[in-house]
Amino acid sequence: MSFVFVIPGPLRELAGNRGAVRVNGRAESISDALTLLWSQCPAVRDRVLTELGEVRPHINIFVDGESIRDSGGLGASVREGAEIFILPAVSGG
Amino acid sequence: MPNIRHVKPKKGDILLLVGTMKGAFLFRAKRSRRSWDLAGPYFPGSAVYAMGYDDRDGRRRIWAGPQSMHFGSLLRSSDNFGKTWTNPEEANVKFPTRTETALQRIWQIAPGRADEPNTLYCGVEPAALFVSKDAGETWKLMEALWDHPQRANWQPGGGGLCLHTILPDPEDKKRMRIAVSAAGMYVTDDNGATWRPSNKGVRAEFLPNKYPEFGQCVHKVVQARSKPQRMFLQNHWGLYRSDDRGESWTDIANGVPSDFGFAMAIHPDDPDRAWIVPLESDQFRCTPEGKLRVYRTKNAGKKWEPMTKGLPQKQAYETVLRDAMAVDSLDPAGVYFGTRSGKLFASSDEGKRWSTVIDGLPPILTVKTARV
Repeated sequence: MSFVFVIPGPLRELAGNRGAVRVNGRAESISDALTLLWSQCPAVRDRVLTELGEVRPHINIFVDGESIRDSGGLGASVREGAEIFILPAVSGG
Repeated sequence: MPNIRHVKPKKGDILLLVGTMKGAFLFRAKRSRRSWDLAGPYFPGSAVYAMGYDDRDGRRRIWAGPQSMHFGSLLRSSDNFGKTWTNPEEANVKFPTRTETALQRIWQIAPGRADEPNTLYCGVEPAALFVSKDAGETWKLMEALWDHPQRANWQPGGGGLCLHTILPDPEDKKRMRIAVSAAGMYVTDDNGATWRPSNKGVRAEFLPNKYPEFGQCVHKVVQARSKPQRMFLQNHWGLYRSDDRGESWTDIANGVPSDFGFAMAIHPDDPDRAWIVPLESDQFRCTPEGKLRVYRTKNAGKKWEPMTKGLPQKQAYETVLRDAMAVDSLDPAGVYFGTRSGKLFASSDEGKRWSTVIDGLPPILTVKTARV
């Protein structure tokens, strides 16, 4: 299986200056797919997840255009070839 | 992204480390402290509640604890005055799994004693203390404070349940005091193995029992380097002095327009001198009467005098937060503070005259000093 992660601008430096990272491996859930991403880009992990393993409150993850918050969270299934966006939420002040 | 400026401090220069809601700044001046060069913004967009300087063991290291709303908090350091910063692969301050807790914010970075040059402390929200024994490479939760049986009754203040003050005793290696809003002060006498509350005489106006064992909303505590028995405490209502290392506290709100405030600083050598910025309590939390007044005591709180020359005395509704005031180590001592409206003020003569270093920073959260 392979997936493409789209990395947000502020984290690209931590992903080898790549805007998109293709990962290969077996993944039944978005959590599994993220684990594949961490193996390539370990520094991205703690910027996306808290130490509790939860997605940070102001980070959104979209799988094929759908937010995982609406589709089962990190346990949501992921299809072969999925495009996974990691995006900072519209927040600040 | 903004254009980032840098400074090149020389030996003997004074540095101000200024953390704001939108990043960190440095200000450099020669010993005369007449003019200041700006560097930054570093970590633009991140709130920087904590900064620190470690000059032990030949280091010239600046620490900062930027908090990105999106990507979380971690400690970063620079050995070249901000030109480059570490960016650890793994978050360096994180709670152990068994706590089932996630770090919210880094509130304080404090170097340990001079003779323990690789020890640093870090205070965070939710209220916890981390220690590093390898000059900041790795950090560990101080478990006994986390497991304190009174923790269940600690209440967060307006800024969250934060550990904001860390005072390793200058003479006793096993003793250290910390302060948490709103839990009060706690002290360890055995290097962190056990902790006990240390709030005798400190008022909790917002509780039915005005003098509880713990639960006070201590805003800032300072300790005299030359006389560690002497401490001052700015409380959420209440201004106090201790002459027994914080074991008991005496009200010293003599002649101040309000005993409410956040920030406090103590003279680097004279244990009788301290500075505060009283605020109108507690709903308004701005300077009383629209006058920005620093109050100084020269006699350990018997009397406080307003220091206003160079500070706005009309329509100045300012707030100075708990970590936004500092002194340098020169003689006469320089005193500095920043406001939530982004003004940074400096005095090179212990508060007699003030000048505006800059007007227009993001809200100022912390001000620390360093002598290069």
